[in-house]
Amino acid sequence: MATRHSRSAARIMMAPAVILLLGWMLVPLTMTLWFSFRKFLPLRGGDLGWAGFENYVRFVSSSSFWPSVQATLMIVGGVLVVTVILGVLLALLLDQPMWGQGMVRVLVIAPFFVMPTVSALVWKNMFMDPVNGVLAHLWKFFGATPVEWLSQASLQSIILIVSWQWLPFATLILLTAVQSLDREQLEAAEMDGAPSLKRFWFIILPHLSRAITVVILIQTIFLLSIFAEIFVTTQGSFGTKTLTYLIFQRVLESQNVGLGSAGGIYAIILANIVALFLMRIVGRSLDA
Amino acid sequence: MGRIVLDQVSKSFGDVEVIPPLELLIEDGEFAVFVGPSGCGKSTLLRLIAGLEDVTGGKIEIDGQEMTSVPPAKRGLAMVFQSYALYPHMSVRKNIAFPLRMAGLDKEEQQRRVAHAASVLNLSDYLERRPGQLSGGQRQRVAIGRAIVREPAAFLFDEPLSNLDAALRVGMRLEISELHERLGTTMIYVTHDQVEAMTMADKIVVLNAGNIEQVGSPLELYREPRNLFVAGFIGSPRMNLIEGKEAARHDAHAIGIRPEHIAVSGSEGNWSGVVGVSEHLGSDTFFHVHDTGVAETITVRADGEVGFRHGDRVYLAPRQDAIHRFDAKGLRI
Ligand SMILES: Nc1ncnc2c1ncn2[C@@H]1O[C@H](COP(=O)(O)OP(=O)(O)OP(=O)(O)O)[C@@H](O)[C@H]1O
Ligand SMILES: [Mg+2]
Repeated sequence: MATRHSRSAARIMMAPAVILLLGWMLVPLTMTLWFSFRKFLPLRGGDLGWAGFENYVRFVSSSSFWPSVQATLMIVGGVLVVTVILGVLLALLLDQPMWGQGMVRVLVIAPFFVMPTVSALVWKNMFMDPVNGVLAHLWKFFGATPVEWLSQASLQSIILIVSWQWLPFATLILLTAVQSLDREQLEAAEMDGAPSLKRFWFIILPHLSRAITVVILIQTIFLLSIFAEIFVTTQGSFGTKTLTYLIFQRVLESQNVGLGSAGGIYAIILANIVALFLMRIVGRSLDA
Repeated sequence: MGRIVLDQVSKSFGDVEVIPPLELLIEDGEFAVFVGPSGCGKSTLLRLIAGLEDVTGGKIEIDGQEMTSVPPAKRGLAMVFQSYALYPHMSVRKNIAFPLRMAGLDKEEQQRRVAHAASVLNLSDYLERRPGQLSGGQRQRVAIGRAIVREPAAFLFDEPLSNLDAALRVGMRLEISELHERLGTTMIYVTHDQVEAMTMADKIVVLNAGNIEQVGSPLELYREPRNLFVAGFIGSPRMNLIEGKEAARHDAHAIGIRPEHIAVSGSEGNWSGVVGVSEHLGSDTFFHVHDTGVAETITVRADGEVGFRHGDRVYLAPRQDAIHRFDAKGLRI
């Protein structure tokens, strides 16, 4: 697309897609904005008119607001840390030549294809159940008292479940990055006197930085809006009420669309702040 | 210091024996070149010496010390790879300093040595750049810089110039030779280009299918190739190899005569033929002569000014004292 002519042609051809995308995004966004300034209680009189900033004030001054922001950030941060660290280790492991490599790789990817609702149910009932769960049996086998995962370590449990789902994604992306590393670089480092840990630190990790950035950015987008895992397991109790879940409660449990919409706008702002931070922190490695 | 002794060293990958047991001695300060056709095991042999591959059998000694199972970093050797293998996320300065940093040298000493290497290799202006921002020749020099700062017992080069264009290759060839003169360190250099081998080496090791065919100085190999393989491999263009009646006249199974040892004229000579393709290099001209009745084609060298054309009949006079004779097994008689 070098010439002026081909550039303008390209613009015209892209226009329908851009307009469609814009509409797709703008319509719901405008509706949310609109509702956030209305007093709208579907089961208690419907649209009751202009509300000004009341919804916004009420949403933040609610006692659940700041804890929900905190829970959201904890879950996103926790899952990112777990998936990136384990993902790097798994990718390095899967890169080693071993028997049944193809099979193992398929198995590692498998969790990604399990729906969030299903995986949360499986974890809740088959692993974390304090009476019948596999973990409870394991604890009993070693003579310990089974942990009531979802109430005693609720946040960690959710992080565990979500990490399990996202680990394959991280592993897959990081594995392709590991495989693209030039073997001669590692050999050169070996000759230069770098033992394996230093080779990892000075050669492999910098090589992976771009892939790690991609993993972090993509996962953050999806993790900010996790919902099914919380709905199925703790229903937002025990400190696992994320911003998404709080909005859900406001709209569906309290039947207050206006308040929920205001929460939605806050969620957008939070997402942008997080994105900005991430871009700042990791953006540099994308330039390189 | 850098005297390298290979004693019955062999290497197999699975069932495939890539290098049958071989003996080799490389003297301290020598410039040894491994040369041979593609896939003959040059890189493998170099990697065995470097320690990047484990030997299947035999012993490797460096400076009198048994090094067979010593890890690469502890052998005191530095290697320059064909792909340069620079660390792309580090600046040139950091690349060159990397081995020093790994060895735990203090910052000042690192700076001093990097600055020295950079000035030797004309890299001082590029120290803050990333490898991605350098040309092929500059990258090559960075790779060499990274090798020389370690002050190794010997340098190992694996086809370091094969990614460069022809002009640059000639330049780098000279630079590496000069570096060898200046440092006096042992160098082992792998190439499949026999011109590089001839111009740079103190000692050429000709490899074929993992076997050492001959070891010697460039001129020894040129004057007295031990067998047909070496005869055909060393020298450019290739030696003319002739079998059959003409060879029998010299009591040999095959005879060889280099293009530069055949005089070509329009009037007199033992053989006659028709000029096919001629290659004019200015200084020299190479004629490919057909229908001589001796061999399918005979290549001859003439002065740049000699002007035979396609289809001309010419007469060839081989210099009798420059004819190499080989027996049925391909060995020199
Ligand atoms: N890791 C390996 N596993 C199995 N076979 C190998 C391995 N490395 C090399 N070989 C085989 O060993 C032989 C020698 O390979 P090597 O790389 O030493 O050749 P080379 O002389 O360096 O060739 P080139 O000039 O093309 O670089 C080849 O036939 C190759 O197929
Ligand atoms: Mg090779």
